[in-house]
Amino acid sequence: MTPGRIAAAVVLAVLLLQPLIPLGPYRQYVLHVTLQIFIWSFIGGAWSLMGRFGLVSLGHGAFLGIGAYATVLLWNFYGVTPWLGAVVGMVAASLAAVVVGLPCFRFRVVGHYFGLVTLAVGEVVRLLIIAERDWTDGSLGLTLRSAGGDSLWAIQFGNKQVFYYGSLVVFLIGLWIWHRVDHSMTRSALEAIGEDETAAASVGIRVTRFKLGITVLSAALTALGGSLYAQAIAYVNPETLSGIGVSLKIVFAVVLGGMYSLLGPLVGTALTTALAEGLRILFGLKLLGMADTIYGLLLIVFIIFLPEGIYGSIRAALQRRAARAAPGASVSAKVPA
Amino acid sequence: MSIDPIFLVEAAVNGVLLGGVIALLALGLNLIFGVLDIVWIAYVDLVMLCMYAIYFLVTVHGWPIWGAAIVSLAVGAVLGVGVHLLIISPILTSPPINQLLATGGLLFFVQSAATLFWSTDHRSVRLSLPSWEIGGIFIPATRLIPFAISILAVIALYLFLTRTYIGTAIRAVSQDREAMSLMGASPQRIYVVTSAVGGLMAGLAGALLIFQYAVHPFFGGQFGPLTFMVCVLGGLGNMVGAFVASFIMSEVIAVGGVVMSTEMGYVIAFVIFIVMMFVRPGGILAKRQ
Repeated sequence: MTPGRIAAAVVLAVLLLQPLIPLGPYRQYVLHVTLQIFIWSFIGGAWSLMGRFGLVSLGHGAFLGIGAYATVLLWNFYGVTPWLGAVVGMVAASLAAVVVGLPCFRFRVVGHYFGLVTLAVGEVVRLLIIAERDWTDGSLGLTLRSAGGDSLWAIQFGNKQVFYYGSLVVFLIGLWIWHRVDHSMTRSALEAIGEDETAAASVGIRVTRFKLGITVLSAALTALGGSLYAQAIAYVNPETLSGIGVSLKIVFAVVLGGMYSLLGPLVGTALTTALAEGLRILFGLKLLGMADTIYGLLLIVFIIFLPEGIYGSIRAALQRRAARAAPGASVSAKVPA
Repeated sequence: MSIDPIFLVEAAVNGVLLGGVIALLALGLNLIFGVLDIVWIAYVDLVMLCMYAIYFLVTVHGWPIWGAAIVSLAVGAVLGVGVHLLIISPILTSPPINQLLATGGLLFFVQSAATLFWSTDHRSVRLSLPSWEIGGIFIPATRLIPFAISILAVIALYLFLTRTYIGTAIRAVSQDREAMSLMGASPQRIYVVTSAVGGLMAGLAGALLIFQYAVHPFFGGQFGPLTFMVCVLGGLGNMVGAFVASFIMSEVIAVGGVVMSTEMGYVIAFVIFIVMMFVRPGGILAKRQ
């Protein structure tokens, strides 16, 4: 076993046992914070599936909102189980991704034009949720209708532990999907497309198909994250789940952690959540906005000095050190097979 | 449900008046966009800071509005240069998306710092100005004056860009960055001047918006997305296009808001933007490829 695998096994064991640590009154709070880190890391990972290939979407809030509102509305009004609601949300988000993505890729809307188109899509979903206030209670947000106790059918549990394990599993599935994409032909194709679309097309890569595929995957996973968030928090709000604010927050957490690495989104989300919660505990509601002020400042500093993110930069530094320790290995690694 | 035509006419007039101010916002951003090829996501948040400056000068220190407006112009210009030197300049050669994200970080910073210092209260200067009635439609001075000043400013910007040496240099850089440095001009100086002029426009926009709107930390979210969209819809660096686009968008929002709801007015405007990006990616006035 490599040291990396041993470390991963230890971390996983700690995560599995964490709910059993007796923290007294703080137990539910710690679970609440950690499960949010898992959910937002999963969503960040879903975003980075396309973000790392230069498809920088500034409107993932659209898919998040679709997923969250699909489950909550279906349950509140028709009593449809969130298990099915989440699937409906994922399908709806995939359809939205195709409707926006297909013309974008066909007409070669790239770079910051792609960013602005997706930003508009995120805003459209937010405004539609607010406009449909008969259903959604507009910007007041919507509380999940109680099933009257713990229920697997309604995915409602009083104990946060259930959601903790649930979101850990979803998060691990997200890592697995990221890893699969990272080790596939899709990755090489998309990297080639990201570097030069015309050249990629000229060697027979189906540009539109690959781009659309990764976009639909990313959208569907983001919608799943939205459904999970809605069930865990039992409350949805258009401002926190769609529109420009949340879309940028997803992007920033990933950029902060590092968008080209598997654990980057986790590191970024854990850091931003810890910062927000830590400052909230330190200052309470007196200094409203303090956390985001520091967060915004950090982002600017990071993009200027550490564009690969924290985790990405540490990993690159470790790799350089390993290469110095074994010079022969690094030379052979650089020679193409 | 039928709507009295007088409301529609009134909405259309309001749309024109709103368009004038949006045009000012969009032209400032478009100038920077065209020359530096960077979208300042936080542009309207800089406008918000200028509005706060005016608010405090007028209500706390008892300044006259025109005096505060002049300070606002200076604040805007200083902010513009500051943003360029501190944030944009170090990452000028980074991928465009990093530049976009850096100004996005600025958006978070400015928004939250405003919340921290000035809380989320909505603050307005409460000017008491008359209203004129023309053919049954009320046109308040708080809308007409900003519109008129805005149009004058747009004309002044146009003359600056076409009639002065530095303006010509700015247009030249926006057309071809490399060629300009080959001609011996310093793009860095042009960038600073452009950012200052863009900031100045933000200061002016702030001074005009405070007539009609209360300022609050999330003011940028209200006009920000609309401003980028007008910019892109008009065409990168295309001043006339941005001008036309701002009136189209403001009409859609004003009339759509009356016919349906405020949100639906914006939804339609954004959908028009998305569709136009597919059909005319170079902007509404661009020649078809």
